[in-house]
Amino acid sequence: MTVFIIRRMLQALLVVCLMSVIVFFGVNIVGDPIYMLVSPDADQADIEAAIARLGLDRPIWEQYVLFLKGAAQGDLGDSFIFGESALKLILHHMPATMELAFSALILAIVIGIPLGLYAGLYPDSRRSKGIMAASILGFSLPTFWVGLMLIMLFAVELRWVPATGRGDLGSFLGIQSSLLTPDGLSHIFLPALNLALLKISLAIRLTRAGVREAMGQDYVKYARAKGLSTRRIILVHVMKNIMIPVVTVMGLEFGSLIGFSVVTETIFAWPGMGKLLIDAILQLDRPVVVAYLMIIVLFFVLINLIVDIIYSILDPRVRLQDQGA
Amino acid sequence: MTDATTDSAMTAAPLAKVETPFQRFRAEFFESKIATVALGIFLIIVLLAILAPWITPQNPYDLAQVTIMDGRLPPGSEAFDGYTMWLGSDGAGRDLYSAILYGLRISLTVGLASGVIALLFGMAVGLIAAYAGGRIEVLIMRIVDLQLSFPASLVALMMVAALGKGVDKIILALVIAQWAYYARTVRATALVERGKEYVEAAQCLGISQSRIVFRHILPNCMAPLIVVGTVQTASAISLEATLSFLGVGLPQTEPSIGVLIANGFEYMLSGRYWISVFPGAALLLTVVSINLVGDHLRDVLNPRLKK
Repeated sequence: MTVFIIRRMLQALLVVCLMSVIVFFGVNIVGDPIYMLVSPDADQADIEAAIARLGLDRPIWEQYVLFLKGAAQGDLGDSFIFGESALKLILHHMPATMELAFSALILAIVIGIPLGLYAGLYPDSRRSKGIMAASILGFSLPTFWVGLMLIMLFAVELRWVPATGRGDLGSFLGIQSSLLTPDGLSHIFLPALNLALLKISLAIRLTRAGVREAMGQDYVKYARAKGLSTRRIILVHVMKNIMIPVVTVMGLEFGSLIGFSVVTETIFAWPGMGKLLIDAILQLDRPVVVAYLMIIVLFFVLINLIVDIIYSILDPRVRLQDQGA
Repeated sequence: MTDATTDSAMTAAPLAKVETPFQRFRAEFFESKIATVALGIFLIIVLLAILAPWITPQNPYDLAQVTIMDGRLPPGSEAFDGYTMWLGSDGAGRDLYSAILYGLRISLTVGLASGVIALLFGMAVGLIAAYAGGRIEVLIMRIVDLQLSFPASLVALMMVAALGKGVDKIILALVIAQWAYYARTVRATALVERGKEYVEAAQCLGISQSRIVFRHILPNCMAPLIVVGTVQTASAISLEATLSFLGVGLPQTEPSIGVLIANGFEYMLSGRYWISVFPGAALLLTVVSINLVGDHLRDVLNPRLKK
């Protein structure tokens, strides 16, 4: 067991190191940011001073070693544009993204599971077929296009909710959030729905498959034979059994929600990490791009590591297979 | 596929009609009305894109043909040059219908090119993994698993962040984001096929390894590969549009559908919906029609779902 966990952690570390090489060299070979940072009428001496200040005059491998040294101390470099620590900048934008991803996850569960339940219980009804068709659309429509349509419908035509920004923030236990004020809630609704659409489709499919499988099981037949009401069978017996896999998968999808939020945040001008990344790419703000990518890689590697370890505890076969390989 | 054809030979025998696998496949495919319509729509889109220079009223990127006087006209307005702009015009005075057809050329080219390259690369890697076995297989599959643990959109985004803008770079980013899906599919199918009797028979006949792999195993891996290929190509087109919309994909000089939608976005809040809605509709039709075809192909080509 310990051996398995250590092996996995070493692998995770290896992945992070490998990605740091790819990301750092990839990002730093493209474009020359210096001309965007000095004023147009700067002379050669000014430009050289700026290059020296930003450390761009050193050979790339030396820049990488410096980057690694800094990274080990939690310093991923300073943003070229803001002059602030890139890591701090990203951490500053992180709560907005987390809040959005979290709201989307809740929406996906609250909307997706009941719809999936219905589609699973009455697979042949017209409404169920409608739900399934909608879920196929949910999978194949590009997120940004749906976002545009949401803005057009709810913000431009109906004028129910604002199209962009984060709105007023409320404060609770020192955490600032849009979820705590009516204005903030009206701002978060559209982006959260947009981000949630793919996951709603996923939740519908998972729940439907689970329900259809569970309804044929002996324990359901037994509950029926005992004379329990259909309502009780579904809400207590069936739901309990299908919720575990559905919630597990949805939880795992949290990482991809944060990844996808790049698109949603850009459309709705939501001030999160995703928008920061896109702005940084466009302005060639390399340290911020590198820092964001490293944080995301770390995030995904951590999620996978945790999942692997939990699975290996729950299912010894996973562990044994790994040793055999 | 071999199983499917022997099955079909048995069931078709009483009818005394010999069907080639292709005829059978064609008949089954066109059974579904939705898939037939989707295929039709997709072919029309491809045809319109290919014929764009001959059927559009203007070349939207020839500055001599575009006049700023036509800027932001609503659908159905008459252009300065006399023709009707059925879909309106964008901020620079380009006829949207023409711009969309030209944009489709770029979007489809990028999508298909990256799909084909990713397919070939993934296929090669998957075959090597399945046939080499041992450490090479473990190493390859670790990389594949690792990559599939990140969403494809995120991988593509990382790649463009590292590579920069441009058609070649986007295609490279999409290939890197998608090859693993093909590799996994090919390896899984090839492993199953390798254990079958016809491979053993071929080996007994003394046929060379490479001939067995390419002439015997590979053709039998094609069915799942085609299904994955259609779905992945649709997602490549939509990914390219997403990246271009975000401003990190194709540059303004290569105006794909995504770039058109991005250009229209700024006008959307002022109610000039058509500049991004119509290109969006074109993208949607393309992606959804490919997905519907792919979905049906999966049903037709999967021997386990055969009646």
